[in-house]
Amino acid sequence: MKIAVCIKQVPTREWQPRLNDAKTWIREQDAAFEMNEPDAYALEESLRLREKHGGEVVVCAAGPARVQQVLREALARGADRALHVEDDRLAAADAALAAEALAAAMADEKFDLVLTGLQSDDQGHAQTGVILAERLGMPHSTIVMDVQIDPSTGSGGALRIKRELEGGWFQWIAMPLPSLLTIQSGINQLRYATLKGIMAAKKKEIRKVAMPAGLEPTQEIVGLALPTRSKQTQLIDGPSAQAAQELVRRLRDEARVL
Amino acid sequence: MILVLAEQRGGTLNRASWEAVAAAQALAGGMPIRVAVMGESTAAQAGELAKADVAEALAVEHAALAPYTPDAFTMAAQALIAASSPTFVVAAHTYQARDFAPMLAARLRTTLVSDVIGISGTGSEATFTRPMFQGKLVATVRPRPSGPCVITVQIGAFRADAVRMGGSATVTRVAAEIDAAAIRQKPEAPFQEAKQAVDLGQAERIVAVGRGIKSQEHLPLVQKLAAAMDAEVAASRPICDNGWLPMDRQIGSSGQTVAPKLYMALGISGAIQHLVGMKGSRTIVAINKDRDAPIFEVADYGIVGDLFEIVPALITELEKK
Repeated sequence: MKIAVCIKQVPTREWQPRLNDAKTWIREQDAAFEMNEPDAYALEESLRLREKHGGEVVVCAAGPARVQQVLREALARGADRALHVEDDRLAAADAALAAEALAAAMADEKFDLVLTGLQSDDQGHAQTGVILAERLGMPHSTIVMDVQIDPSTGSGGALRIKRELEGGWFQWIAMPLPSLLTIQSGINQLRYATLKGIMAAKKKEIRKVAMPAGLEPTQEIVGLALPTRSKQTQLIDGPSAQAAQELVRRLRDEARVL
Repeated sequence: MILVLAEQRGGTLNRASWEAVAAAQALAGGMPIRVAVMGESTAAQAGELAKADVAEALAVEHAALAPYTPDAFTMAAQALIAASSPTFVVAAHTYQARDFAPMLAARLRTTLVSDVIGISGTGSEATFTRPMFQGKLVATVRPRPSGPCVITVQIGAFRADAVRMGGSATVTRVAAEIDAAAIRQKPEAPFQEAKQAVDLGQAERIVAVGRGIKSQEHLPLVQKLAAAMDAEVAASRPICDNGWLPMDRQIGSSGQTVAPKLYMALGISGAIQHLVGMKGSRTIVAINKDRDAPIFEVADYGIVGDLFEIVPALITELEKK
């Protein structure tokens, strides 16, 4: 079983947004980065599938040099090797550009299964995995909450996956291999890198691949701004005890909801 | 021409489809709008949508569209687009559209602007706003489509009751072009995991907790506050993912949608997946250490501070006679 897992490096949750001078992207030099959370769940799922069925987990990312940080982390958690499509233009790339860049680097590997997170915590297009599936000629399913593999069925084995629908509904779907799945957060419990894993990761290969020539963005960010507030929030200041007292008073007397 | 892809399940039109029609009307600038409903038998739903001010409503029908699959819906939509060359294709950003719209755009080798919350300009001059960085920022995006530009609009961003009604559109039944042998996903019937033990939709007051609670050990503090307010306890997705509270306490797009009299969000940043489940609440209170957290965009009252100080102070205050 040869499994690819595509991960993205995104600003941390604690990051306070600051914009570049043109107000078209963030000031990257101010940001700290981490592994996109849904991708971390996809990585964990790929490691569990390898433990159950054997084979290899190859972690793939498209981005500038800084992306090595999360590739190294994935190797420390247990991925076998890494593939890095490196180009500065991929830092703020739209989903189609990122997917095309990944597809070009991944096509020759002939993966049996490709996993990725359902969307990124930065641009949040929720498209990269699906476009990648189309370019690799694989069927896909999205927002997946369970992955079962029966290696004895069909030509290359068969998949049965649980897809999340809206409002607490789910659905099982049978699919062939190879396939691409986008993984929902919470599908499993994440593991963290051990010291042994971190040491082992230093010896693992990160293969760098250039972005193919001729790829262009399909959409352009012409402006980035703080959101305008739809409501006028009454902010209550002061020491905690005083703020709590004032909040309770307003909820009782103004809003009349207590 | 603008093509709207409406959504139905089991013969019931998804209400978000009306929001997609509203977005198409905002974008049209004189272009005619066609609305298509894909499924096994959709003339009735197409008839409902024909009451809007649109040029035509299409019932796009095929037995292979009865269970939703991304392969069948992409094939049917691709054939529709080939036959009518729309400038824009618009759908609501539902779980279904998230599943097939990127495939459709990839197959057409064009672009998809997803999760759109605003449109300025019309026709090919239009730009779109969409949230980025978990709602901390809003981007204005100019698509560079090669062919039709596909748009999905965030649920709740456009108002269904703002749709201009016309009433004279014709309903046309179209046999969908699908190669059933090319459908690679075999879906089973949808199901609910377990009977919901709590119906948060009935609660008058809800105290909801998010990542800011840091550890499961701190949950009794939240439960004590809820008891003092006569409220139900709910949570954002990460809390339920961690197993700290059962899944039936989850508010948001993958959980329950609620609109209580009072919704108090503790340590919840306010990712859009959470906001869609609670922004209809009458009074919203946010307590968060981050002044820039998106939850404050929908809050009526807010305290920027440490919930581990504020919550005990609230309990003390509420328990005073």
